[in-house]
Amino acid sequence: MKTKITRREALKRSALLCSSLVLGNFNGFPNFQSGDYDDFKVEAKYYEKLPNKRIRCKLCPKECEIDDMERGFCGVKENIDGKYYTFVHSKPCTVHVDPIEKKPFSHFLPGTTALSIATVGCNMDCKYCQNWQISQLRPEQCQYYFIPPDEMVDISLKNKSPSIAHTYTEPVIFYEYMYDIGVEAKKKGIKNVMISNGYINPEPMRELCKYLDAVKIDLKAFTEEFYEDICVGELKSVLDTFELLKKEGIWFEIVYLVVPTLNDSKDEISQMSRWIMDKLGPDVPVHFSRFHPQYKLKNLPPTPLKTLELLRDTAMNEGLNYVYIGNVPGHEAENTFCPKCKNIVVERRGYLITSLKIKNGKCEYCGNKIPGVWS
Amino acid sequence: MNRREFIKKNIYAGYLLYSGIRLSDNNVSSPVKNSKIVISNDDSVRIKDFRYNANILSSMLDKSMNNLFGTKSAVDAWKMVVNASDIVGLKVNCLSGKRMSTSVELVNAIISKLLKAGVKKRNIIIWDRMNIDLERAGFKINTKGSDVKCIGNDTAGFKNELAIYGEIGSLLSRTLTDYCSVVINLPVLKDHGIVGITLSLKNFFGAIHNPNKYHKKIGDPYIADLWLIPDIRNKTKLIICDALTAQYEGGPPYKPQWVWDFNGIIVGQDPVALDYVGWKIIEKKRKEKGIKSLKEVGREPNYINTAADINHGIGNNNPDRIEVINI
Ligand code: SF4
Repeated sequence: MKTKITRREALKRSALLCSSLVLGNFNGFPNFQSGDYDDFKVEAKYYEKLPNKRIRCKLCPKECEIDDMERGFCGVKENIDGKYYTFVHSKPCTVHVDPIEKKPFSHFLPGTTALSIATVGCNMDCKYCQNWQISQLRPEQCQYYFIPPDEMVDISLKNKSPSIAHTYTEPVIFYEYMYDIGVEAKKKGIKNVMISNGYINPEPMRELCKYLDAVKIDLKAFTEEFYEDICVGELKSVLDTFELLKKEGIWFEIVYLVVPTLNDSKDEISQMSRWIMDKLGPDVPVHFSRFHPQYKLKNLPPTPLKTLELLRDTAMNEGLNYVYIGNVPGHEAENTFCPKCKNIVVERRGYLITSLKIKNGKCEYCGNKIPGVWS
Repeated sequence: MNRREFIKKNIYAGYLLYSGIRLSDNNVSSPVKNSKIVISNDDSVRIKDFRYNANILSSMLDKSMNNLFGTKSAVDAWKMVVNASDIVGLKVNCLSGKRMSTSVELVNAIISKLLKAGVKKRNIIIWDRMNIDLERAGFKINTKGSDVKCIGNDTAGFKNELAIYGEIGSLLSRTLTDYCSVVINLPVLKDHGIVGITLSLKNFFGAIHNPNKYHKKIGDPYIADLWLIPDIRNKTKLIICDALTAQYEGGPPYKPQWVWDFNGIIVGQDPVALDYVGWKIIEKKRKEKGIKSLKEVGREPNYINTAADINHGIGNNNPDRIEVINI
């Protein structure tokens, strides 16, 4: 297991740096250590070989064409002599035990924890990414742990977490690792969940569904323009993923981060809600989350609460049954309401469950079926 | 103005505020002075395959520098680039192994010129993206002592603060920001399978932590935006393009079927002009070999024109204002 740089070491390095520049004699670099990013590599699952040692990655819709000794957009895989390898298998840069509500899931094992992991890398580059310090790095730029899939499942069991969440960055780019963890997790009764942008090709997604129990997808906006300009992605493929998940019968929830002036129009939300009603049905939970200025998008204010409430009303007026407001602790719309009797069936305070009135998947007050994975 | 234009304008506004340049809708060339590019060829420089004669390289360098700076003595020319107290970074391009990277012989020749100009050996740093890239190209990693240093960004590290200029948002290599006072840019004359060509403008993809994010749209405007970063723009005092062995197709990795012995170096101070000239050399070779132009194969390097526009003003892309001297 790698150790991270301590504050003392960082200060020492800065001090060395200052002295070398002041003296005008460059004596050497502080004792930095290079990450051994290529000490363990696994062949990628989805790619095709092209002439002259080129390859085309088939994992996500970007379908990067990559020359020998080069990497694709996500930066975590490399073409080595005409074969494509991932450098992030078994190398999470972050491992935490989180409440499942933090993902957020509101209809999936409420009140439990998820062993939450990520490697570096992402196949998008959202201008407001909250985790850019890991999502936008390459493997050699970050310290990591070495935890093979079976060990990860054991850690989950030891921590009494009933699920492993692939989260924080973009699990699609560590697909091989997530898949292998899913295989091991299934053997030991641990659930496997993916928190993703949904930007993945149908074939790998379908295959992965065999080992997934729930998916949360960030729907970034409902226009191609936003996807292209703000996220370097593509809406159409994400919508295809939703339809595929519906067909495969995987439980999924949607998060929509509301970015002031860029994706917060009532019209856009009406259109999105109608599409969800039409293609996915009224019972898909949708979370409208508050934006905070981050990364490259610091010139916009946090989303006004009024906007979040307006968009929630808009979505509910279009017929959606479970619409939440996220990143606003204490707001009434953190709770799950039974659409039939209007009672609160799951009461939340931040990530805390304060009351749960669902029994055998049904509202305890009126017996209405509440969709989700409750046990 | 639609949403997309609004975002784009705002992105540039940040840089323009900083630089004092006025935003314009016209993509016209900026009024920078004429640029001089010196191309020096000598077939006897090649000993065999990828080995080069140090004496001939040395003389090619001297002639090019004297021509570029109008000096009689090469040492005087080098003194117009560096001071004895400078810490000089040699930004090589070595992502493609020994045969299609900046050659060790050229770098050694440049080092000996720097020493003659008074730069201390210990104050010269050969650098690129990763140690492994440098090693594959034949350089020896050295981070300490009184000898020339050689280090990858993976070891030297990156600044913690994001540098946001135009469409670029990146962490910068500490070698560039914290150690070097002057940078000499040492690209290779070659084709690039995504962005058309990779020469002096693109070589600084090796100075940021996330180059893989900026290859889309044939690198335009990302490669031009990179040069809005003051540490890149202000510290780069000279470009010496390694055109000893050049490649006109199939790059950036080495593809023997598409390389040719150009047996030359291309020297200048304007990265736009140098890339423009290099691009035309590659196009000429493609035509000669009967393969389609970069435009025809959808890889025309328009970022060169963007780098010359009024929002960037990095250099000249107007052939009438580029003086090319062949020696
Ligand atoms: S997974 Fe990475 S390399 Fe593959 S297509 Fe997507 S961005 Fe490109």
